[in-house]
Amino acid sequence: MTNDKIAVNNLFFTYPDGTEALSNVSLNIAANQIFVLFGPARSGKTTLLRLLNRLSDLLEGARHQGDILFNGESVFRRNANVIELRRKISMVFAIPTPLPGSIRQNLTYGLRMAGIKDKVLHEARVETSLQQAGLWDEVKDRLDTSAFALSGGQKQRLCIARSLALEPEVLVLDNPTSGLDPLSTAVVEESLYDLKEQYTIVMVPHSVQQGARVADVAAFMLGGELVEVCTADKMFMNPQDQRTEDYITGRFG
Amino acid sequence: MKRQQTDKIARIAITIVAALVVIPIILVILFIIINGIGTLSWEFFTQPPGNGMKEGGIMPALLGTIILTFGTAIAAIPLAIGAAIYLAEYAKENRLTRWVRIAIVNLAGIPSIVYGLFGLGMFVLFMGFGTSIIAGSLTLGIMTLPVVISASEEAILAVPQEFRVVSLSLGATKWQTIRHQVLPQALPGIITGIILGLGRAAGETAPILFTVAAFYLPELPRSAFDQTMALPYHLYVISTQVPGMPMDVQYGSALVLLLLVLSMTLIATVVRTGMRRKREW
Repeated sequence: MTNDKIAVNNLFFTYPDGTEALSNVSLNIAANQIFVLFGPARSGKTTLLRLLNRLSDLLEGARHQGDILFNGESVFRRNANVIELRRKISMVFAIPTPLPGSIRQNLTYGLRMAGIKDKVLHEARVETSLQQAGLWDEVKDRLDTSAFALSGGQKQRLCIARSLALEPEVLVLDNPTSGLDPLSTAVVEESLYDLKEQYTIVMVPHSVQQGARVADVAAFMLGGELVEVCTADKMFMNPQDQRTEDYITGRFG
Repeated sequence: MKRQQTDKIARIAITIVAALVVIPIILVILFIIINGIGTLSWEFFTQPPGNGMKEGGIMPALLGTIILTFGTAIAAIPLAIGAAIYLAEYAKENRLTRWVRIAIVNLAGIPSIVYGLFGLGMFVLFMGFGTSIIAGSLTLGIMTLPVVISASEEAILAVPQEFRVVSLSLGATKWQTIRHQVLPQALPGIITGIILGLGRAAGETAPILFTVAAFYLPELPRSAFDQTMALPYHLYVISTQVPGMPMDVQYGSALVLLLLVLSMTLIATVVRTGMRRKREW
């Protein structure tokens, strides 16, 4: 319990229109592992991801019950610093979205917004984060060109690097390879293995297969409920719940 | 067969109607240019009117209008952009928001002479600015608000939501997101709205009638509390109030006013296309 980076306790979430997106979800995410959250569309995966760093606040009129503990402290507590939380639990979205500006400006955006002006530190973070995301060799000679000139796969690795530049504790990836070709997907997956040494990774995979490839621990969600959570080996080889097995073996989805 | 014919007729009819829109504008511009171009000279732009305004130039009126346009910009822009940011980024559906929206719609619908009378009552008399550049600028500024607010709000709402979400997810505050992502990208639209609004203000007569415009004042204003001549009012005066006024001076003044307003529209278009081309997404 004390080793958990994130603990989700009896979490419910209701959209402004009254749809219940999460129903009594509880799970624990240990540090330095890849935690994969999978399930069919509209099962509540993205909703749960967005609650972790309270990007869910952007949905006006949505309600939640239950709690999420990050390093043992509630992210919903009254004096929680949401800005700080989003730096520590950093999110990469399904559609790669560079901000207008150069590659370098994208990478230093979070630092600059945090009031960190140290150019030497910027330089160091730019290089480290790009190397961690496996993009350094491809862009090191054109850091000051527009981020929009990159290919889809490069853009997504830029977005991962942009999150890493903040040196977060948790990296949240919402289907980060959705628009990528198999080769770019392989590059991204490979960088994830290296990243878990340093970070805790929570990820919604593109497919069950991808989930099985990268996961240490996996959770299967269905209709806003957590069906099953266990180590990846057990989940993908020998699931306990019939619904999980049906989904993994492709009987629905 | 009948359907195709109807289609053809509809297309021709609609093309003609569209062309009709262009004709009056071209006619007005041509008419003013042909009649006024002969009057334009270095002296016309640099000399004050003389001999009961029948001779000389329009320098104090032209300069006055330029000063008033700047004054209008100072009065209107901060308020308008603030209101647009509030409506686009902060407003929730509540009573205050509804009131602000109703106020904007109504501001846009008020006849310009009513602004003039309001300016007289509010700024000239009640606030004691007297007939002055500051009173005129404030009056024109209020009149310009709805145009600039609507254009700016539209430009802000046109910035894709993803940029806001990404910025917030990287630990930027709401204001940092607005300041570093939303406003820079909305800027072309905002600038266009400002220039179009100012162009309209520069050509208005009624709002300045009681608040700032001088009938005849050959020397230039020395402070914001002085009166000034202004081109639209000057044109009104020499067209209706001065017996035996030569026509070419009237058309010359009209041409200068027209050029001033049209050039502002042109600048707005150039700014918008130029900045749009630079946009990456």
